[in-house]
Amino acid sequence: MERIYVLKTYKLFIGGAFPRSESGRVYAVKDFKGKHLANTCQASRKDLRDAVVSARSAFPGWSGATAYNRGQILYRMAEILEGRTDQFIAEISALEGANPKAAALQVEESIDLLIWYAGWSDKISALDGSTNSVSGPFYNFTIPEPIGVVAVFAAAKPSLLNLVGAMASVITSGNTAVMVASEKFPLPAISFAECMATSDLPAGVVNILTGVSSELAPWAASHMDIDAIDAAGLSPKVLKEAQIAGVGNLKRIKTPPNIKSPKRILDFMESKTVWHPIGI
Amino acid sequence: MIIDGTESSLRAYLKTLPPVDEVGAHARAAMLATRSIKTTSKSWAIDMAISMVDLTTLEGADTPGKIGTLCAKAVRPDAMDATVPSVGAVCVYNDMVKIARTKLDAIGGTSIPVAAVATAFPSGRASFAVKAQDTKDAIDAGAAEIDMVIDRGAFLSGRYGEVFEEISQIREICGDKAHLKVILETGELVTLDNVRKASYLAMLAGADFIKTSTGKISPAATSPVVLVMLEAVRDYYSLTKTRIGVKPAGGIRNTKDAIKQLVLVNEVAGPKWLTPKLFRIGASALLNDLLLQRMKMRDGFYAGPSYVTLD
Amino acid sequence: MNPFEYAPALESTSIVTIKDRYGLFINGKFVAPKSGKYFPTINPSTEKKLSEIALASTEDVDLAVKAARVAYVKVWSKMPAAERGKYLFRIARILQERSREFAVLETLDNGKPIRESRDTDIPLAAAHFFYHAGWADKLQYSGNGSGPKPYGVVGQIIPWNFPMLMLAWKIAPALATGNTVVLKPAETTSLTALLFAEICQQAGLPNGVINIITGEGATGAALVNHPGIDKVAFTGSTEVGKLIATSIAGSKKAATLELGGKAANIIYDDAAIDEAVEGIVNGIFFNQGHVCCAGSRLLVQESIQDEVLTKLKERMALIRLGNPLDKNTDIGAINSAAQLAKIKELSAAGDAEGAERWSPACNIPADGYWFPPTIFTGVSQTHRIAREEIFGPVLSILTFRTPQEAVEKANNTPYGLSAGIWTEKGSKILWTASKLRAGVIWANTFNKFDPASPFGGYKESGWGREGGKHGLSAYLKASN
Repeated sequence: MERIYVLKTYKLFIGGAFPRSESGRVYAVKDFKGKHLANTCQASRKDLRDAVVSARSAFPGWSGATAYNRGQILYRMAEILEGRTDQFIAEISALEGANPKAAALQVEESIDLLIWYAGWSDKISALDGSTNSVSGPFYNFTIPEPIGVVAVFAAAKPSLLNLVGAMASVITSGNTAVMVASEKFPLPAISFAECMATSDLPAGVVNILTGVSSELAPWAASHMDIDAIDAAGLSPKVLKEAQIAGVGNLKRIKTPPNIKSPKRILDFMESKTVWHPIGI
Repeated sequence: MIIDGTESSLRAYLKTLPPVDEVGAHARAAMLATRSIKTTSKSWAIDMAISMVDLTTLEGADTPGKIGTLCAKAVRPDAMDATVPSVGAVCVYNDMVKIARTKLDAIGGTSIPVAAVATAFPSGRASFAVKAQDTKDAIDAGAAEIDMVIDRGAFLSGRYGEVFEEISQIREICGDKAHLKVILETGELVTLDNVRKASYLAMLAGADFIKTSTGKISPAATSPVVLVMLEAVRDYYSLTKTRIGVKPAGGIRNTKDAIKQLVLVNEVAGPKWLTPKLFRIGASALLNDLLLQRMKMRDGFYAGPSYVTLD
Repeated sequence: MNPFEYAPALESTSIVTIKDRYGLFINGKFVAPKSGKYFPTINPSTEKKLSEIALASTEDVDLAVKAARVAYVKVWSKMPAAERGKYLFRIARILQERSREFAVLETLDNGKPIRESRDTDIPLAAAHFFYHAGWADKLQYSGNGSGPKPYGVVGQIIPWNFPMLMLAWKIAPALATGNTVVLKPAETTSLTALLFAEICQQAGLPNGVINIITGEGATGAALVNHPGIDKVAFTGSTEVGKLIATSIAGSKKAATLELGGKAANIIYDDAAIDEAVEGIVNGIFFNQGHVCCAGSRLLVQESIQDEVLTKLKERMALIRLGNPLDKNTDIGAINSAAQLAKIKELSAAGDAEGAERWSPACNIPADGYWFPPTIFTGVSQTHRIAREEIFGPVLSILTFRTPQEAVEKANNTPYGLSAGIWTEKGSKILWTASKLRAGVIWANTFNKFDPASPFGGYKESGWGREGGKHGLSAYLKASN
């Protein structure tokens, strides 16, 4: 007789823990042929609120950590992901209908993208910082700084690559993130949360919700303690609504076109200029 | 006397103190924390640390029973091993002083002083009359050491004269009956520059000891804070030839932490300060960890919490 | 007698296995030298022999350069940059894993305190590989144009004061930028470089990408002069640096040189005194003063010289000199008899020229090479100890009256590697820094190094920078 295998329960990832949605809701995730795969949590606005609280409380520690340390943790994620490649290939194949070779390629690209962003942690200020030749006895320099808490609505396909790239580009500079996984392809996101949970990543730096983007986006957009949104996964209609709701705290709402670009990191950073006199 | 006690002379004097570079002070403390204390020097350090412990209970739930067992532990920290030294003092609230004194005297602990926290500990938010009475009560009840708190509000708003005056007056009340420890509550002063200033203020006003914290505020006795206070007593000695003691309190929970403190004392203030007369550690849980480490040094294997008494 | 005299706390050496004899690491394998010759390497704290090292001849150098060329042409230059980076990440991680082993070996071979090899040299070396690993596929953002190209085969010669760290400073950027390497460690400190060869093997690095040849000055000269070398990178004395510059003149070889220094450490009267004293100690006594950027000239403002001197002497009395393997040792052994002789000779010149010498009481071990932490007061600009690099734990103390005078004195040297400034006044830091002719300025700190921070000197302290974006440029031919 064939062995009955143990099915995985997919939960949310908030503050380093894996809770169910406070709402008690789940929705059925189907594979590309329409066959039931799993029930996953349908996060509510209150789950979003909890995730923002945990991201905000993680921000001072994460942005205050050395860039070297952040880079090493992102690299560690790549190490963990590499060791779990097969699981992701299976999930991506089932959900996206990708053939195993294409799915494997997506996982490999995701690993390499993590490393690519890991390398940026201590280089982005060399790229975008400057000393400015002002007239007068002043030392004047500009440095990029993380913006704060970023909500990410990850784009759908390729689901793992989009999630990993968005996450890494947001946190490499010191931001913390509340991520809403692709509604249709949420499973790799939660499996990836398990990689993050074992990567020395401090609790709360990345939080992952699964659910209905159009339900959560207005709450994220109007939330006064979210500083920016990566809206790559939002439809034009929901995006426009979010842009209007985001005016409340002049939220930076961006839809970076390229998953691999230093511009993507800078989209979620502020520039700070410092003046200092030179004299005796 | 370096100053005459007026607000302006204090302000002027405190301004002459060199600033502390925070990063450098942290680096120095971190380097000293790498000192590796082994074998004979570790055994010596453990016994010295035990004799420096101000064994403390400062809870709303303190009862005569609790104080009684604390006193017993203070006299004989390890019931099974009479070679373990007694602790430096027992530290309690004002109303428990008499109970502690009586108990200590009854069980052979006459030489162990009772320290009382005073002056509206821990916040210091009361009229001076209340603070003075608090102190008198404790001394009358048999306290030989007074752990007073400074008025951090006055300090932070720059009213150094008030802080100085209060310490001086409590000093006067203590007279020759009680040693005065002045708690700076460094966790509320925040900067190391403030720690240095407050240390001098307390020493100039007559403190016998400067103490880091009440134990009710975090952070408490961090290494950089203790470093700066030890530098202060060292430099004050070269100015006045008077040795002031230092008492870190709060957050020192295990032997490793305690030995780090002794290394700081040894390499910052100097070996002259390695005595309970000039260095104390305010703690409660620390004592049992010191005892466990002592057993390991003696027996060659690790003991467990079941082999030391609760309190 | 201090009752709290720390008992010996020796780091175990059982983590390290030293072979009786080492060959050359060429094309991914250890091979016997064609010269057939070996020379001993000793532990400078005991003078006992640790092992025998191959002496590479011109023929051996040629084999190594050829291996590097083949690896460059066939493998390394064709490999996608991101994959090159992954090898560097692997090296960084393996170095982290085996860091204690490297630290102990470094201390045995070099004589530096285990605290420094464990907490500074090896972690920083790993950080250099990690940092440069990240650059490998981002060179178009390094300020060298959209498609910068490597030189090809790089010949690298490193000194004995930070053997493993200097190896990392040299190899990490060279590999990240796509060059292949022939590296020669210093003759007295080859062992960690040879252990590093094992890391290359464990990391699966393609054969010939890194070649390590050991030997003496002649080996280095053969490397520099080899026609198959496209670029030379050297850290060492200004004297040898000038020889290299002469020998490559007229060739197409590029070069970076990190040479000597005679750094001024300027203490203003408004400094945080306790931390400044720490900075003076760290500036000159770190690594026995075997540091090219050491703060070997203390310039202290006259109004506080007594206070600074008193505190400095009190602090120096706490310095623990002795067995480098003791975790509590602050000053270890001088690396070689030759270096010790040089330190003694210059110190004697200090005495003869009328400066006043002071050292705290300390027990000098019977065997090995040792020199106590030493200061000279009453030093003037004309004294040899104020002008020549001593490269030992010897500090020359001079005074100044005004910031202008401090800067004039600080700049009054052919060197220009580094300088220190101590004041709590920010504008004065920036004023002083802007006037100093030196490549690295430390304000309210000293001897700080980071892979993201460029390092290198003005004037006779060398050519080029290592670390940061600027360090990459030294290994790249810029494109449009």
